[in-house]
Amino acid sequence: MGGAGEEQIEKRKRQTQVWRRSERTEGEEEESMRLCNSKKQTMAEDKPWALISEVTEQGFIKEVTDIIKQHFHIICLRDFLQNPQQHGPKIQAILMWNTYPAAEPSLLSSLPSLKVVANGGVGIDHLDVPYITSLGVKVANTPGVVSDATADMAMGLLLASARKIVEGHQIAVDPKTTSIPQSLMGVEVTGSTLGIIGLGHIGYKIAQRSKGFDMKILYHNRHRRSVEDEQSVGASYCENMDDLLRESDFVVLVVNLSPETKGLISHRELSLMKPTATLINVSRGLVVDQDALVKALRSGEIRAAALDVTHPEPLPRDHPLLSLPNVLITPHVGTYTYATTRRMVQCMVDNAVAAVNGQPVPNEVKLK
Amino acid sequence: MEEEKPWALISEVGGPHGYLEELADIVKQHFQIVCYKDFLQNPVLYGSKIQALLNWKYCPAAKPWLLKLLPCLKVVASGGVGIDHLDVPFINSLGAKVANTPGVVSDATADLAMGLLLASARNILEGHQIATDPKTVHIPQNLIGVEVTRATLGIIGMGEIGYKIAQRSKGFEMKVMYHKRTRRSTKDEQAVGASYCENLDDLLRCSDFVMIAVNLTSETSGLIGHRELSLMKPTATLINISRGLIVNQDALLEALQSGTIRAAALDVTHPEPLPRDHPLLELPNVLITPHIGISTITTARGMVKKMVENALAGVKGLPVPNEVHPH
Repeated sequence: MGGAGEEQIEKRKRQTQVWRRSERTEGEEEESMRLCNSKKQTMAEDKPWALISEVTEQGFIKEVTDIIKQHFHIICLRDFLQNPQQHGPKIQAILMWNTYPAAEPSLLSSLPSLKVVANGGVGIDHLDVPYITSLGVKVANTPGVVSDATADMAMGLLLASARKIVEGHQIAVDPKTTSIPQSLMGVEVTGSTLGIIGLGHIGYKIAQRSKGFDMKILYHNRHRRSVEDEQSVGASYCENMDDLLRESDFVVLVVNLSPETKGLISHRELSLMKPTATLINVSRGLVVDQDALVKALRSGEIRAAALDVTHPEPLPRDHPLLSLPNVLITPHVGTYTYATTRRMVQCMVDNAVAAVNGQPVPNEVKLK
Repeated sequence: MEEEKPWALISEVGGPHGYLEELADIVKQHFQIVCYKDFLQNPVLYGSKIQALLNWKYCPAAKPWLLKLLPCLKVVASGGVGIDHLDVPFINSLGAKVANTPGVVSDATADLAMGLLLASARNILEGHQIATDPKTVHIPQNLIGVEVTRATLGIIGMGEIGYKIAQRSKGFEMKVMYHKRTRRSTKDEQAVGASYCENLDDLLRCSDFVMIAVNLTSETSGLIGHRELSLMKPTATLINISRGLIVNQDALLEALQSGTIRAAALDVTHPEPLPRDHPLLELPNVLITPHIGISTITTARGMVKKMVENALAGVKGLPVPNEVHPH
């Protein structure tokens, strides 16, 4: 790899560390350790051990630790790193949350008993599945359980962008506001055309939700869905994605990140979109060429964008996307509700338990 | 020769309370317009010509002193469906009709209601603020939201707007309950899967999201006060797209500060805007939008067209399509 590439990786690592490093108080530090290492769990029956990043902060919320502790003793990465030789051989599962702890070769090589990397969430583009499975370790994700919350988020972003809810609030609470500007005029959602790129489980649920708004639904997918599915939500197939881009008032990206979908939306695609159109992304940041997006938003080639995902996450603090008036960004919270988080953790734990017991893993990610 | 168009008094073109140019053009197709500022320069000259007052975002206000300067006034055509800002009996007593624009506002208002519900539930405002803040280091865990899919939505008032909200919530598999003066037909209820709550208290106790979609009347003023808020779940969200006065704002403030309810999302307050030092503006669990329920260009066009239609009928002495009669 060339010098520039390495530099980029280093830069990204530093950014990620800034994002990750929290100014924890001593109390929070103690709390996290306590949650990881409660005496109660060592006294319980002989459960297998799972490695997690942490509880609180970027890790699991404490409200879900009960689900994990039903089946596993847990050890946090910090504690593991105190003595990897002692702890390593016990660990049979990594419970991965928000991409942590990262399944790097250096970590995996210190876990000789590892049976499974169980990811919380459906996207696994951050995992080198061929490599991990080559070590005899299974990979699992949590499809299905994330779909409702993500579809809800997509609709929330669509509506918030179309109706300028964030700007509206900022004006409504600003001490300097004396009158309401005309620029708060938004675009109509009812009866508009929604173009869904990727009609998988999540995309389909977005179609179901948009139906109540009398939206006309177009979709583009690798494979066409059944006539029954299409008719149930009133969705029309666009074999050519360009047609979808030309006709849609709202374009929502709901694809997996893969070599085929990386940079799927770039200069050309944005130029095909209506100048009154809105782009919504709940997939992965890399599906969109961000430089092209910045240009399109600045020039008015499209009206606005609403992004729950970017690349990287978070964006560098001086990134142009952060200061454009017609961009709504949320910090990858598509699945972030209590109910869905609990379901994801339960699903993760079920996958991990199955793997540890040598049973078929419900949501195993297999090599194609 | 073209027949001279009738004269209409409007607020202004452009400006915060005014019409966008393209909307003013719709009016100008049928009316000679006088802007309020110009009218005040020469009220006697203009006053004798004006047959229609077009009321947009409450301006110009149809106050008695103004109406008395309009001896030929035949109609006050208001943009929007709410008419709590108009003294209908008084205006009628001067020989002028009052008209509003129902129907055309319903979709946009229902859309905003759902937008506020989702934005509040999923902390979209805070999420954006954190995502774009130069000082952000990590995502706080309190950004976690509440689930909308399969939650219980309690709609207070199931008129046209409330019904459209119910229709939209169906796609989210929400369980819908409603409270209304008069029950809707079984057919209507079944079409959106809504259950009638004869007792408002039951709706308040069971709902995860309480949506206010009623007119402001003497019966609904202060409908949601301390008692009603205390009946709601501590995880519940209150959404108001009706009128600020339907909610006792002091009670709401207290409920939000104490955690009696989780959050509120308000497109309407009393007054509008709130005083700049009002405590509601500072609460972290309040989302406020400045009465933008109908603020889309499509709906604005539709409203102005209807206003013009109503005003023309009034001027011509024909039945006014959306005439508002006193109760």
